[in-house]
Amino acid sequence: MALEVNVEKQAGSFHLHASFTCEKEFLGLLGASGSGKSMTLKCIAGIEKPDCGRIVLDGRVLFDSEQKINLPPRQRRVGYLFQNYALFPDMTARQNILCGLHAEKDRQKREKRADEIMELLQIRDVATLKPWQLSGGQAQRTALGRILVNEPELLMLDEPFAALDTHLRLKLQMELKDLLSGYDRGIIMVTHDRDEAFRMCDRIGVIDQGQMLAVKETRELFADPGSRAVASITGCKNIAYARKTGKHEVFVPEWNVYLKTEKTVRDELKAVGIRAHSFHPEEQENRFSVTIVREMEEPFEWVSEFVYEGQAPASPAVWWRYSKAFRLSEQPGALGVSTDEVLLLY
Amino acid sequence: MVTDLYPLYNSLRIAAISCVIVFFTGIFAAYYAARLPRVLKGILDVILTLPMVLPPTVCGYFLLLIFGARRPVGMFLADLGLKLVMNWPGGVAAAVVVAFPLMYRTARGAFESFDENLAWSGQTLGLSNTWIFWHVRMRSCRQGILAGTVLAFARALGEYGATSMLIGYTPGRTATVSTTVYQLWRTNDEQGAFFWVMVNLAISAVVLLAVNLLERRRKNGA
Repeated sequence: MALEVNVEKQAGSFHLHASFTCEKEFLGLLGASGSGKSMTLKCIAGIEKPDCGRIVLDGRVLFDSEQKINLPPRQRRVGYLFQNYALFPDMTARQNILCGLHAEKDRQKREKRADEIMELLQIRDVATLKPWQLSGGQAQRTALGRILVNEPELLMLDEPFAALDTHLRLKLQMELKDLLSGYDRGIIMVTHDRDEAFRMCDRIGVIDQGQMLAVKETRELFADPGSRAVASITGCKNIAYARKTGKHEVFVPEWNVYLKTEKTVRDELKAVGIRAHSFHPEEQENRFSVTIVREMEEPFEWVSEFVYEGQAPASPAVWWRYSKAFRLSEQPGALGVSTDEVLLLY
Repeated sequence: MVTDLYPLYNSLRIAAISCVIVFFTGIFAAYYAARLPRVLKGILDVILTLPMVLPPTVCGYFLLLIFGARRPVGMFLADLGLKLVMNWPGGVAAAVVVAFPLMYRTARGAFESFDENLAWSGQTLGLSNTWIFWHVRMRSCRQGILAGTVLAFARALGEYGATSMLIGYTPGRTATVSTTVYQLWRTNDEQGAFFWVMVNLAISAVVLLAVNLLERRRKNGA
């Protein structure tokens, strides 16, 4: 199983260039809204037509601008879970699932298969309800069931949790991950939520203003984003211009500090990033005097803004988050950052 | 007492046939207009909606230009045995032209509020476009389309201007409810005119009631 995508599309002033592959894995496409994530999925599904490029699924050419191949959506065998689930509003949950089984001519087999998937997804109780009577989770599972019985060769999920309440989201993410763990085809999930992407995906592609910035294994992407844009999309709060001063040392003018780094610094260094969680009062590496300027309390964490002792006057304060389990008797006078948590951005 | 109910029969016949024609042409025009590029859509929209704002007599004039006995189209149809001028099928032509914009515009409004994701999800499931059109799009838009059909039927039933120009008034041949009202009034048959006015009022009231009920159901959802 392999999907190869390399397409370009111009829409007004927006230019999309999507280039990646997806094996038998859970691949995330992470980016802000309007970055071209959904358009990429629509190109793969055949709903949008790219201007040029090539899409191949399992050796089957779905789109090729040079060979003038553009299969219609219904011949692509690509499952697409829409953000609003797109259940047919005038049909019951069960009828919706039967729609995915239209290719099966034997009525009894069709009914049996629908019963099986509804059992698996635990939606038998709501079989006779219309989509508007379903809860967000039930609607999601019904839509997923409708796609799974259709046996697509690739599953695409478009912001599958965006329509759900926050407290439900985590539960459904766990359930969906569990459910799809035995799925033996490729899955692509589009999301703007970095936590969600981290929880669900084996690999993540970061997309910004239509451009694929990086496609990496999830942990690696967060540990070493490699560029300003990727660092920022993966949630790095503190990014500042920096220059190389040694093989393992950089100078950050805004903060007026020299930081030691675990990784070797390359000459073309542009900036460094430090995640808000990376600062620690007891860390001895990269330890500098700081002054806390603002503090805000969250249920389980403190969020602070601080400035370094010699920090440039106009530069933005630095974000620091720490668990209340470490709540200190007084505000720390200095904070350190472990050398492996200084992100080198090029 | 009015004993000749021919005008009612003729009006219902004309309205029913033109309603069927307008139902299909209006829906398909709306469906395809919705996916045209903006400029082309605007131009087509003006042409298709024009009969709604033009005086029906102007529509009648154009119809005579096209279907007149000595015009190419008129002569061609006459060869096929279909005479429109001064004959009841001409009433169908007049009603179609005048009622079409009502169907077209209501159907287009319904289609425009349709969630295109539904059609796309159907396509990715391998369902055919025809199936999606009838089972998903039309079912989803049925309230608006039904309302448009009822309005078109009512408009066709009440058509006067273009009809009187194209088929005139011949008792028992081309007389419709609305042309009969005028004819009877003109010939001082006030009682007869009153009867047909009442028939007209009754039909219109029923139609408006139906439209209102449909709209209320649409607002309530499901």
